[in-house]
Amino acid sequence: MLQQFLAFVKKEMLHILRDTRTLFILFGMPIAQITLFGFALSNEVKNSGVAILDPARDDDSRALIDRIDASKYFDVVSYLHTPQEIDRAFKSGKVKMALIFPQRFSNDLHHTNKATVQMIADASDPNVATTITQYASVIINDYQKELSPAQIPYRIKSEVRMLYNPQLKSAFNFVPGVMAMVLLLVCTMMTSISIVREKENGTMEVLLASPLPPILVIIAKAVPYLLLSMVNVATILLLSVYVLELPIAGSLALLVGESILFTITALSLGLLISTITNSQQIAMMISLVGMFLPTLMLSGFMFPIENMPIPLQVMSNIVPAKWFYLIVKDVMIKGLGISAIWKETLILVGMTLFLLTIALKKFKIRLS
Amino acid sequence: MRVLRFLLEKEFRQIFRDPAILRLMLIMPVIQLILLPLAANYEVKDVLIAVIDHDHSTLSRRMVEKITSSGYFTLTGYTSRNEEALNLVEKDKADIILEIPAHFEATLLREEEAPLMLSVNAVNGTRANLGAGYLTSILQSFNQQIRQQWLRLPRMPDQPQIEVTYTNWFNPLMNYRQFMVPGIIVILVTMVGSFLTALNIVKEKEVGTMEQINVTPVKKQYFILGKLIPFWVMGQIVLTIGLVVARIVYGIIPVGNIGLLYLFSSVFLLAILGLGLLISTYAQTQQQAMLIAFFLMMIFILLGGLYTPVESMPPWAQTITRFNPVSYFIEVVRMVVMKGSGFSDISRQLGIMGVFAVVLNVWAILNYHKRA
Repeated sequence: MLQQFLAFVKKEMLHILRDTRTLFILFGMPIAQITLFGFALSNEVKNSGVAILDPARDDDSRALIDRIDASKYFDVVSYLHTPQEIDRAFKSGKVKMALIFPQRFSNDLHHTNKATVQMIADASDPNVATTITQYASVIINDYQKELSPAQIPYRIKSEVRMLYNPQLKSAFNFVPGVMAMVLLLVCTMMTSISIVREKENGTMEVLLASPLPPILVIIAKAVPYLLLSMVNVATILLLSVYVLELPIAGSLALLVGESILFTITALSLGLLISTITNSQQIAMMISLVGMFLPTLMLSGFMFPIENMPIPLQVMSNIVPAKWFYLIVKDVMIKGLGISAIWKETLILVGMTLFLLTIALKKFKIRLS
Repeated sequence: MRVLRFLLEKEFRQIFRDPAILRLMLIMPVIQLILLPLAANYEVKDVLIAVIDHDHSTLSRRMVEKITSSGYFTLTGYTSRNEEALNLVEKDKADIILEIPAHFEATLLREEEAPLMLSVNAVNGTRANLGAGYLTSILQSFNQQIRQQWLRLPRMPDQPQIEVTYTNWFNPLMNYRQFMVPGIIVILVTMVGSFLTALNIVKEKEVGTMEQINVTPVKKQYFILGKLIPFWVMGQIVLTIGLVVARIVYGIIPVGNIGLLYLFSSVFLLAILGLGLLISTYAQTQQQAMLIAFFLMMIFILLGGLYTPVESMPPWAQTITRFNPVSYFIEVVRMVVMKGSGFSDISRQLGIMGVFAVVLNVWAILNYHKRA
């Protein structure tokens, strides 16, 4: 029995290893994703183009413009001469913010003690607009403070300390999400497709006619993908520790254990999908559209769940990746133990049992 | 020419015969357009704050009141024990801990300066940064307020002050959907163009009908045209559906010329169909085609500026972005729909897209052999 089972696992392994193109993508995907998410993507806004309309051209306005240009958040890309040019500058797409100085900036500032700077932001991206106006205000504020060297009485000094992620790297938020995404993709999509392919090619009948019980036939199909996923987990963790310099704060054993649990959840899902469809194309569509998009959207790593409308917030609870994301975040980044994540773990276990039960009930020993 | 007409008829029939594909092409975009923008909202509002108050003075209480009445913050814990507050952060029930040290009010009065500690949960860097920013500016204005009260400052400023006024153009209500919807339309058009073309051709390979076509006198350029034209039309239809849904559901009416959008999408679709064709020449099975297309799409979307601005990427990623057709289309759609940019503003992107179209299609045709 065990020998037969191992023979099936070996057959499935050979199937996977033979298809080098798919294999390449299966292993390349996590590497590409981690690199992309870790290095290329950040919500931090840098190097935004600024247009300047400065009819004053005095010492203070120049000094302020130099400050803005010198900061890593801004690049002064054009100097305008008339207010009419502002609209054109925005429409060309190179400018995210326009700074407008009054005619007599220095004069106003030093004689009436009050000068106004107008800031126009391209709010087509509201996030960028909010962030850059804040950055610019801070720069202007600092400049203003330096103008009045006299000590102001009664200062409240606030010290800001960033917990868990002092350098504010976006990788801290993304790596747990990528782990959830890659595991789900590899397991759900690949298992469902590999089972449905046997159905489509007619080889499923051959397999079912073998002396091995049908349940074991199916499990033998899932085992290689479990192993593959473990390789992916190891790749992701190694990359994030050694390339992204994101340390694993909590227990490694706990993290690996939870990953295995989540992989099994995803495998059960793939199994369920394979029992309800007969064509590879549809299986792919269900796993891509039905699994991948909700995972990307509702697990909370791309978009904050608390900003969503209530129905979507409720829906996010049935997305397994959401719970896994919470677990990985707690264990890997905050360094918490099992006492903090037992609830999420139980939910995942419950989901797995539920999915497996339905999948096995729906699984037909006979075809057509 | 007659051959082409027959091929086109065959393709269209195949598309309309398979309800699953048709549904996928027409209903999926609508559902995604309605759901995705609802979820994609990065706005940082309602920051959860826990206060550790070791001072328990009138001043500390007034400060907390000022913070909670600002509308940005929700007080989730008010305690004098550090562990309790840290616990709230661990459970994601607090984003920021504000620690008011003992004798805060007394220190401020006596030494003219008193410290406050903010500890921010920075797992999500953006949220942390903005949350801390909001809080610091509230604390500053509180500081100003008490200073004026204690010193009885004159109304006129005694030190130079730069006043900043803000205006938000093109999206004054800062509505995130205005920004996401045009981008998502692009993704949908891209999906139809690259995924479905690649899958369609590889399916013929897998099922074996490719060989049948190969032994007929149909020339390869006719075969390819016969495949590309239906999906080009489909792409334009998806764009139209997208614009209609954007208008009906979100009330987004393009500020610029719609003709410009279609002009650009015609060229864009040529490029992206060429990509689908290219994928199909490299893939043997639908599974492979799907994975390659998926892999490329992921890179295109993530490096396309849909979710995170291209300017904030490191230089090497920005270089990759220049070879990403999707990023140009996203840029152009947003420019035309939100800002009303004209032809001269997008002519550079249009030219680049033309180059993409030529290169990808020539590559695909060279790589396509009339042999199985």
